Amino acid sequence: MIDHNDSRPQSDRDDASLDEARLRQQAIGVKLRQMFDQVVNEPVPDDFLDILRRADERKGGA
Amino acid sequence: MGGLASTDDEGFRKELVTLIPHLRAFARTLCGDATAADDLAQDAMLKAWDARASYQMGTNMKAWTFMILRNQFYSEKRRSWRQTQLDQEAAERTLMAVDDPSAPIALDELRQALRTLPDEQREALVLVGAGGFAYEEAADICGCAVGTVKSRVSRARKALQASLEAGAYDRDGSPAGEAMGAILADADRLSGAR
Repeated sequence: MIDHNDSRPQSDRDDASLDEARLRQQAIGVKLRQMFDQVVNEPVPDDFLDILRRADERKGGA
Repeated sequence: MGGLASTDDEGFRKELVTLIPHLRAFARTLCGDATAADDLAQDAMLKAWDARASYQMGTNMKAWTFMILRNQFYSEKRRSWRQTQLDQEAAERTLMAVDDPSAPIALDELRQALRTLPDEQREALVLVGAGGFAYEEAADICGCAVGTVKSRVSRARKALQASLEAGAYDRDGSPAGEAMGAILADADRLSGAR
């Protein structure tokens, strides 16, 4: 976006928008990790371990 | 099976169990729908268990299981021609499901924006940006070149930011364009709390 009313030199504006973009990407990154970690931190449903135990027994009997 | 093999199996099983939460999280980002995601994670866990003889102890088991899960996801998707339609419906159901008032707005918006990304961009971004994988590991998991992963992650980041800034998901009177603001404020709060 070009702001014609901005009197700062072009390079300053570029730096500022680069910083702003970096800040936004960092914020998105933080939230992305939070979203993922939320599921990681959920208790694992029992069926996961049940299924694995049954698979284990199936092989163990062979 | 000899005594040594069962000891190996035991070690493998223990490590596999510690990876279940991560497999669930990765599956959730691929499927959107939480129930379908757990089915996928269980299938991947079983496949990994059955293939344990081909796993080399000491190598990156997390990357190995993620690769199995990802391949499972795409082969299921290919198998069913109706899947695209189902995915769409499931995604819509999930969006409604997370639409509860206690869910922080920023996360909700991010979830919705993520769903608009192409599969290959979303998985690359999730692996690198949330899963803690290096570009090289993500490339192994996705079966593509490192440069491809880098460009997918970069495109995903840009698209996500643009989507959040556009506020394409204004709902229930929440003004368009608020999503990025909410994410910035929330990220500030999170980093301040540390």
